[in-house]
Amino acid sequence: MSAAKFSNPVVRWIDHRLPVFSMLDHTANEYPTPKNLNYMWNFGSLAGLSLVIMIVTGVVLAMSYTAHVDYAFESVERIMRDVNHGWLIRYIHMNTASFFFIVVYLHIFRGLYYGSYKAPRELLWILGVVIFLLMMATAFMGYVLPWGQMSFWGATVITNLFSAIPFVGESVVTFLWGGFSVDNPTLTRFFSLHYLMPFLIAGVVVLHIVALHRFGSNNPIGIDTKGRQDTISFHPYYTIKDMVGIAMFLLLLAIAVFFFPNAMGHPDNYIPANPMQTPAHIVPEWYFLPFYAILRAVPDKLGGVLLMFGAIAILFILPWLDRSPVRSARFRPVFRIFFWLLFIDALALGYLGAMPAEGIYVTLSRVATAWYFLHFLVILPMLGVFENTKPLPKSISEPVLATTGEAA
Amino acid sequence: MVKSTSNSKSPSADGVQEPARRDFIVVATYAMGAVGAAAVAWPLIDQMNPAADTLALASTEVDVSKIAEGQAITVTWRGKPVFIRHRTPDEIARANAIDGAELRDPQEDEARVQRPALLVVVGVCTHLGCVPLGQKTGDVKGDYDGWFCPCHGSHYDTSGRIRKGPAPTNLEVPPYNFLSDNVIRIG
Repeated sequence: MSAAKFSNPVVRWIDHRLPVFSMLDHTANEYPTPKNLNYMWNFGSLAGLSLVIMIVTGVVLAMSYTAHVDYAFESVERIMRDVNHGWLIRYIHMNTASFFFIVVYLHIFRGLYYGSYKAPRELLWILGVVIFLLMMATAFMGYVLPWGQMSFWGATVITNLFSAIPFVGESVVTFLWGGFSVDNPTLTRFFSLHYLMPFLIAGVVVLHIVALHRFGSNNPIGIDTKGRQDTISFHPYYTIKDMVGIAMFLLLLAIAVFFFPNAMGHPDNYIPANPMQTPAHIVPEWYFLPFYAILRAVPDKLGGVLLMFGAIAILFILPWLDRSPVRSARFRPVFRIFFWLLFIDALALGYLGAMPAEGIYVTLSRVATAWYFLHFLVILPMLGVFENTKPLPKSISEPVLATTGEAA
Repeated sequence: MVKSTSNSKSPSADGVQEPARRDFIVVATYAMGAVGAAAVAWPLIDQMNPAADTLALASTEVDVSKIAEGQAITVTWRGKPVFIRHRTPDEIARANAIDGAELRDPQEDEARVQRPALLVVVGVCTHLGCVPLGQKTGDVKGDYDGWFCPCHGSHYDTSGRIRKGPAPTNLEVPPYNFLSDNVIRIG
């Protein structure tokens, strides 16, 4: 970590007084990383890239957007038609929002599969859940800004969730609206907060990375690294591996932006907001659908809201629900089955959230919701006690040597 | 300490350090990355240039037949004031009384008008962008009976040329043409 490692004298001079280059070098260059990471470890850097794309395109969009009920919709249409490359910038912003959630969901399931939330990485995991919550709030408020029909009614429905709070619910909702319905004060405060929150996310991301680098990345085997022989430097090995993922990510994003820009949106949002008429079939953005399904599965207003927030809150205590000392699902045959059941359950909830709340869909939503909580509250704690796990390798190198039969 | 591969050199047969093929690949990769970054940066920068609807407002049509002799009107062109003055014979004579070549920004009066009676200039002081006085009847018109900029004291003559004060150049004559005898289009 000595400043002498830099050949450029200007860098050396600065680093001696302000060790930013040493910090960067430690974080993104020599940082020792387990040598057996697979491509599931790409999604952290992809999420970071998504955040950067969102902030850059968002700052640019704000230059042409007008946060006022009379002008918001038209200013967005002006961005699409008149502002130079405005259509491109807005479509990138819209689609990267969806891609951000895809990447983060994969990142979360990666953590669930390989037990990345277990000691000593509990705070790392909790900070991740905080980022996830902030992302949801940011995405929700961003969707309100174009002031289309889905914007308006999405804002109405989601803010009304808080009216379920006993006694003070109505006052809370009035406070959130700044009036007696979703109106101009709601729009202007959502714009302000939508601009603020990505920077809060960036701040928590820094904490997330600090916590990550305290003990280093988890790995597919889930055992601790035991020295230099188990690690390789982050650069160039994982910068290159991340670049492969980034190239794929940008390719898929470009396909979405240029060929299917509205595939993950809803056509009703190209109708200007009308406070007098609700669209026939109102659904949130796809990334909220599993939670929306849980909300609708419960026949009680307060109960539905509590379960929906509980579905996320339960992730905060996950490190203490799963008491198995073995991290990776590779050595937990029973857990692995239940992991995939949870994965299917989450997909099913997403599907059910998009379906109308009637008939068989309600029953299925209840089963899927019950399974979600059963998994975390009953199955995981029991597996920690009753599961027979497979023997763990002695080191990260051992399985590699066993399969190749060669000395490293 | 693992260094970047771009620093690696492979010794050739005679022991001289030569750039490796890998160095070429690394440099080519950085170059492609730079081209890609520039291509992405351009739309983000260009969006700050005037939008299509802004450009669509870039010309203004004015009926000049209603301006009486000695009267001046102000119209808006690209968000800026444009002074249109129907000059009196006296004002035209005073504009021509001086040899334009001797001025700070040398220009003859004829070069600044299409019809001697009709002077069209952008009403923005060439010093730091204030709007000079002199359009209204009661306004201070400066020492040369044209316009006077109250911000830093620039005096313009009846041809809108700078005569005294800090402004470096004459009031700009915008591009305009006569659509008919009575109507001009600015821009």
